Amino acid sequence: MTTLENSPQKSSNENVSEKNQFGRIGKTLDELDDRLGIAKGGRNLLDKIFPDHWSFMLGEIALYSFIILLATGVFMTFFYIPSTDTVIYHGSYVPLQGQRVTEAYASSIDLTFSVRCGLLIRQMHHWACDLFLGAMVVHMARVFFTGAFRKPRETNFLIGSTLLLLGIVEGFLGYSLPDDLVSGTGIRIAFSIIESIPLVGTYVAFFLFGGNYPGPSIIPRFFIIHVLLIPLIMLGLVTAHLFLLVHQKHTQFPGKGRTEKNVVGTPMFPIFASKATGFMFMVGGVTALLGGLAQINPIWQFGPYEASKISYAVQPDWYMGWLDGALRIAPSWEWSGFGYTIPLEVLIPGVILPGLVFAVVQLWPQIERRYTKDDEMHNLLDRPRDRPKRTAAGAAIFAFVTMLFVASATDVLANFFHVSLEATLWTMRFTVFLIPVIVFFLTLKITQEFQKVPEGGRRKRANVVTRTPSGEYVSTPAAPRPGDAHHELDAERLPDLLEPIPEPKEDEDGMPPTSETGVRNIER
Amino acid sequence: MQPKAKNPKRAEALIAVMMLVGVAGLVGFGVAYIMVTPDWVYGLTLGIGTLSLGFGVTAWGKYLMPQGPFVEDRHPMRGTDEQRERFSAAIVQRGGILGRRKLLAGIGGLGMAVFGLIAAIPLLRSFGPLPQNTLSETNWKKNTLLVDSTGRAINVTDVAVGGVVTVYPEGRQNTDEGQAIDQTILIRLTTQDYITQPGRESWGPDGYVAYSKMCSHLGCPVGLYEQQLELLVCPCHQSMFDVTTGAEPIFGPAPRPLPQLPLFVDSKGFLRAQTGFDQPVGPGYWTRS
Ligand code: HEM
Ligand code: FES
Repeated sequence: MTTLENSPQKSSNENVSEKNQFGRIGKTLDELDDRLGIAKGGRNLLDKIFPDHWSFMLGEIALYSFIILLATGVFMTFFYIPSTDTVIYHGSYVPLQGQRVTEAYASSIDLTFSVRCGLLIRQMHHWACDLFLGAMVVHMARVFFTGAFRKPRETNFLIGSTLLLLGIVEGFLGYSLPDDLVSGTGIRIAFSIIESIPLVGTYVAFFLFGGNYPGPSIIPRFFIIHVLLIPLIMLGLVTAHLFLLVHQKHTQFPGKGRTEKNVVGTPMFPIFASKATGFMFMVGGVTALLGGLAQINPIWQFGPYEASKISYAVQPDWYMGWLDGALRIAPSWEWSGFGYTIPLEVLIPGVILPGLVFAVVQLWPQIERRYTKDDEMHNLLDRPRDRPKRTAAGAAIFAFVTMLFVASATDVLANFFHVSLEATLWTMRFTVFLIPVIVFFLTLKITQEFQKVPEGGRRKRANVVTRTPSGEYVSTPAAPRPGDAHHELDAERLPDLLEPIPEPKEDEDGMPPTSETGVRNIER
Repeated sequence: MQPKAKNPKRAEALIAVMMLVGVAGLVGFGVAYIMVTPDWVYGLTLGIGTLSLGFGVTAWGKYLMPQGPFVEDRHPMRGTDEQRERFSAAIVQRGGILGRRKLLAGIGGLGMAVFGLIAAIPLLRSFGPLPQNTLSETNWKKNTLLVDSTGRAINVTDVAVGGVVTVYPEGRQNTDEGQAIDQTILIRLTTQDYITQPGRESWGPDGYVAYSKMCSHLGCPVGLYEQQLELLVCPCHQSMFDVTTGAEPIFGPAPRPLPQLPLFVDSKGFLRAQTGFDQPVGPGYWTRS
């Protein structure tokens, strides 16, 4: 086997590349390397090892849905008109014809009904947004519960959680753009929440919205923030996030041959690259199916926005639900005195509470470090049960936010359980705090119990069931395979050339391949 | 080193089928696009196409390529002691060059701070007018005629007992302000003059009472009138206001009653405002007194 190191190299003149044994492509790469110096770093990147664990896909889902958002979003900017000037609608959607609507609304309707693929792209954009935020939350949960945020990755945790925050704001702004009945109500509420901040609130609100609500500036402003400002910041942060990820290398779960000082897995090219590219297409495919088959945000049914109108269908997107719930169950504690007013019933649930939740989450690495006094580098992940207190705290935060989300449906709950709104409200006010406490102690208990189970929860080694000629079945453990937890293969260094895979002549035992779970199927 | 699939030939065939379905789906999308079909056909073809193609490519990577496991060393993040030393030295010592001239450093720092301030304040200020009294004043004045959304004035005989109309100051029904802060809900409770609170004896002529329609919680339009219970309900967070007692909030997060608009009937029988609202409408804010 020729290794690259042994192959003839290095001409006396540094700038003239010698004939390289890889033909035309090799020559082109040499030309590029002469100018850009990509050979060393490029080879390192292609060799980068990616640990194999399903939970590492979650960040990828976020990344791919972000890309889908950019693509579908750019498509829509060619048709959407960010203006609140009113026009008489003359488009192809009959029920609306002759009505006075804003250009923003009219162009969104036209995009939906008159642009080929317009509805698909609009719905894909909205579904990708939901997917993006959902994936970020779950990705963050995996980083949190496995302790991937510990030194040296605190910065990336901060970048990541900032991305989540920006994602929520971005989603809210996007939701406002079609200027339909539902979106306008959301903006109204946002305006009032900002107004509630003592001292500066009204000024911030006026500068952000260009005057008192609603005014003509909101839509054009939100548009440019939504399509340019925030995406640009997010793109920068995603780039930084991924750069740090490569620079610091991935974490990995403990296992055979895995130490704090190495990474075990498959190389970037071509193995991880194929898996990831395929996965990107899969995320795209799912988004397209959702966008084509599952209706979302039917603005033509909601009708155009009028500040004095409201519909019972007013529902924020799911990621805003927890704030809505908090606003709903907060007691009506407006404070006023000395000629001033502090609307605590808005300030506490609308500003202080989300601020605190995000502060705790974003600063978690620092909070935990202060508590554990741990200054070590951590490249091996924790299993959640190994850190009962962290796991319990995370579960409690999650339960709290979920309960707030549930509280945004007090009226639905009251109807469903046939209890008074009053009773539902008070129940929610208590359970919002009670449930997280219960969840905390329950999780603590469960994780501690789990710790006692050695190797519990891991996938068992496959068994091969063989039928002997006499009709007996014999079960023997299968040969260890990558992915098996109990018996991992020894990791080897990436050879210089990944050799072509020798094709096995025939199945030695004449058995069909194992299915994913590692259990052999028997066919006769 | 070996791939995951025990039977690579079979796996390859399966993967080829998946990828072919993918290609077929994408071609289908192209055909659908050219033929102009409903959007669900685009979504279905594009979705199946990309999904199966993606499945195939992923499966290829996962089952037919060498899986290792391979191992790679991690290199420590930190530099050598010497590198660290030299780095700190550059920052601290060369930074000292700045610090040595206290006067220049001071003025320079001041300049940067002033620059920051002047950059921020006028920039902010360009983005919107100051609030001044726009939050506390509406277009309801003495004698303002009440009109509905089409601009029609409201005659005392127009609304039956139990009826509601959203009203605006005359001429404001189609403006942003009219829609937002002027919006008022007119309810007919009885046929006699109606007194919601002491001191408001003349505010409800012929059983008509009018309240600001902007919720005192977060400003949603309090658009739902429960006729049986004589309650106004805000659909946003379920605040409820008792219209018989001056729209006192009886449930939910709203902290204050909806301000009541004093009405009178003019000589031609049309409803008009006696004065504007006696307090700012809508949600609370710092300078609301
Ligand atoms: C735009 C949104 C985001 C994108 C595109 C994204 C993408 C990724 C990807 C592809 C990875 C590598 C695979 C993985 O570990 O799952 C990763 C790693 C990481 N992400 Fe994110 N992520 C996003 C948001 C977040 C959030 C909300 C957090 C947490 C607050 C976060 C924290 C991290 C950390 C600490 C790592 C390194 C983990 C490790 O090496 O084990 N990210 N991110
Ligand atoms: S805005 Fe009316 S209850 Fe919240």
